[in-house]
Amino acid sequence: MSDGAAALRAESIVKRFGAVVALDGVTVELRRGQILGILGDNGAGKSTLIKIFTGFQPQTSGRLLIDGRETALRSVDHARSLGIECVYQDLALANSLSIYHNLFLNREITYPGPLRLLNHRAMRRRAIELLDEIGVHIPSVDQPVERLSGGQRQAIAVARAVNSQASILLLDEPLAAMGAREAGLIIDLILRLKSKGGLSIAMIMHNYAQTLEIADRIILMQRGRITYEKDAAATSVEELMEIVRREYRVARAG
Amino acid sequence: MSGRAGRVRLLDLFLHWQEASIFVVALILIGYFESANRDFLLSNASLQNLSQYIAPVAIIACGEIMLMIMGEIDLSAGMVFALAPFVMYFVAQAGIPAPLAVILGIAAAGVVGLINGVVTVLLSIPSFVTTLGTLFLVNGFTLTISAGTPASPPGSPLLAQVMGRWGYSEILWAIAVVAVMHVVLRDTRWGLHTTAAGANPTGASEAGIHVNRLKIGNFVLTGALSGLTGILEAFRISSIDPQAGGNQIMFLAVAAGVIGGTSLAGGSGTIIGGLIGAGVLGILSDGFTLIGVNAFTFNIILGIAILAAMIFNVHMVRLARTGGAR
Repeated sequence: MSDGAAALRAESIVKRFGAVVALDGVTVELRRGQILGILGDNGAGKSTLIKIFTGFQPQTSGRLLIDGRETALRSVDHARSLGIECVYQDLALANSLSIYHNLFLNREITYPGPLRLLNHRAMRRRAIELLDEIGVHIPSVDQPVERLSGGQRQAIAVARAVNSQASILLLDEPLAAMGAREAGLIIDLILRLKSKGGLSIAMIMHNYAQTLEIADRIILMQRGRITYEKDAAATSVEELMEIVRREYRVARAG
Repeated sequence: MSGRAGRVRLLDLFLHWQEASIFVVALILIGYFESANRDFLLSNASLQNLSQYIAPVAIIACGEIMLMIMGEIDLSAGMVFALAPFVMYFVAQAGIPAPLAVILGIAAAGVVGLINGVVTVLLSIPSFVTTLGTLFLVNGFTLTISAGTPASPPGSPLLAQVMGRWGYSEILWAIAVVAVMHVVLRDTRWGLHTTAAGANPTGASEAGIHVNRLKIGNFVLTGALSGLTGILEAFRISSIDPQAGGNQIMFLAVAAGVIGGTSLAGGSGTIIGGLIGAGVLGILSDGFTLIGVNAFTFNIILGIAILAAMIFNVHMVRLARTGGAR
């Protein structure tokens, strides 16, 4: 682990699906302990980029450096073993199972012994502690997830990713289809996780104001390329809007 | 306010123990048949009789419930039920010791389950269709190898007694299977992942759960349990019948699961519910038979009872969910 290196660095990443070029030479850095906001239209390549980071699909060409070390991700499991976790838009929660079972899904705490029976009590206790640590307030961890609101479900999905000792957290539109108040709670949660240190976060976003509030650095993707990149403190909603407007005119003009 | 809280608590109870409602139904039915018939439950003979109705359905239901939780079903279970004892018979005829023949009979049933699972998962065929195919295939195969004639189960009298001949052995097997499967579903990763994969297959895969492996495993389990049941029944009646089991027992097992609160759409279900469901069906069958209801009328009553029990249960759970949401 070299100290100056970024948590995650992509260099000249190209991804083709047959004749379609989804990513056309993307170079981007997720600095350690920071939040990177990824903006862009549908089809700009945001999700494709995230899927390369999660090990879901390999890039056609280009290099990926994790903690400064060049790495070829073989699978989602492989990426996960390196501390990369992703919360997808569908959240991957099992609705009929309780909150604490969801928090420990596929990482269950079991009793010692050959049968490896589930230690429900330990998972329950740890779930309460975990949610308390990250400031998520839910009356009972015994409830099935299907009883929770969209924001609460998002919080559970994020808590699960954090619980797995992730060092890099990828969030695919964590605030999609959420009211302002609920979105505010999730933003607070993500900022709290950041302030604890040790976690670098890249998130796909849609809302410029929310992105500026939460991110340290912002990239804007268009047609498979990064067309704009700046520290959040150095830009504004107006500037972002202006760039998008200009690009839109160019695209329309063909 | 306190009344509302009380209502929520009661609904929570039903949610936590979904089987409560159907258990109450079972108790009411027992009370009715006991009063109508005088000797329904409280003698050795009547208890053994009742247990013979419940045990086979309960054992197969354990497998079907695991599959239904994953959104799958095994329609071939009743035919595998008939196949397993013939495999046991022919293996014993070939000189293999009878206890080993029993195990090989169950293993053969598991192989049919393996085929069901592999075809369903790897070739992406709905299990309804896969197992509809193997239903006919296995039935034809059993009829062919048996030449359509019954045979006698092999082995010593002791083996026969243990494997179903003794009046309570089959129900003890059923209780043992139910107990093990209850723990498997609730307290092992296998069971938890089965529920998770049924509730959200994509999400479960994203969490690193091997959904296909779980599915195939549960098909093997269902096949093996169906085979075990067929062998137990063969020893009980001291005859291996190529027409035994059939679709009736398979559908009763599915009904037992659904009555017990397992969702056919997947994502939730309990083994205990399946046992109580098998109990309700057994009580109805046994009770009406003892009262002496005509066979045609009997099916009408059984059908209505199944519908009533299911409607009651489905709505109880729905009420509990929506009522508790606030």
